[in-house]
Amino acid sequence: MTAATEVWAIVVAVGVGTFCIRFSFIYLFEYLSEVPDGLERALRLVPAAVLSALVVPAVVVVDGSPALSLDNGRLLAAGAAAVVAWRTENILATIAVGMAVLLGLRLVV
Amino acid sequence: MSSRRASFLDGLRAVAPVLVGVVPFGLVAGAAAVGVGLSGLQAVGLSVVVFAGASQLAAIELLDAGAPVAVVVATALVINLRMLMYSASIAPYLRELSTRWRAGIAYLLTDQAYALSVTRFGADGTVRRRWYYLGVAAPLWVVWQLCTVAGVVVGARVPESLPLEFAVPLTFLALLLPAVTDRAGAVAAVVGGAGAVLGADLPLNLGLIAGAVAGVAAGVAVEAGGDR
Repeated sequence: MTAATEVWAIVVAVGVGTFCIRFSFIYLFEYLSEVPDGLERALRLVPAAVLSALVVPAVVVVDGSPALSLDNGRLLAAGAAAVVAWRTENILATIAVGMAVLLGLRLVV
Repeated sequence: MSSRRASFLDGLRAVAPVLVGVVPFGLVAGAAAVGVGLSGLQAVGLSVVVFAGASQLAAIELLDAGAPVAVVVATALVINLRMLMYSASIAPYLRELSTRWRAGIAYLLTDQAYALSVTRFGADGTVRRRWYYLGVAAPLWVVWQLCTVAGVVVGARVPESLPLEFAVPLTFLALLLPAVTDRAGAVAAVVGGAGAVLGADLPLNLGLIAGAVAGVAAGVAVEAGGDR
């Protein structure tokens, strides 16, 4: 096991580095007199791209490879949740339905 | 303009269901840290100072494997590089705030805080951004720290059969659909998701960054084509 001072060095280094990553553009944008049009348009697309990049692998990839069959309960659960998300735009309802379907499938199968 | 209080409460309401998904990861972050021999104080220190679950778990794993300090630090930071995208994406909404406020916002920036806030800011010009953000981010911080402590003290005892961790992608799914408002956004989402699946084999969560960057590039290309 690593020595205590080394653990604390890691905690501090990762903490400071992570803060710098988080603060980077939030800080730098202060020095832009205005956000260039092209950049603003590109940045507006980030949420859709990032959210999808967070969701799709978490649903589709099982044990490191894409699983697009019905054996993958997460597919059905996410499908049902997507319908709820689309109809209600409600996070609580989306989570509740998605988890209920996944849990139900696990109990049935 | 909404009042500060109303915006803060709005944030609290938005984040409440999302907290469910944070619980299992917080417990694991605490339990795994002491599991590999970190002291309770070090485990909680990691959660307070770093406050980024995926990188914490990677650091813990590498510590256990006896990796050199530089490797542990570099790995954790690469995993957190995705937050560069979040920082750039949310920055235009925060320009009028003081440096101190923005520093605080940066410290609290997580996948969830980013996703909830940026989608709201994009859709609603009347919300008091800093107060809404605080309403979202502060509970995420508190729950993360409490769960880390609980994980240290009692271990991670979430029943295997209860898929709490699935609440995390479901949160992003709920936010994704309203975030797609036009054709360019749809293309960005489709390419972003497909790219992240193709990149799922990449180490250090880099598939997420690769997919998202490809998605934005595709969306920009579609927009440019549509202008002609």
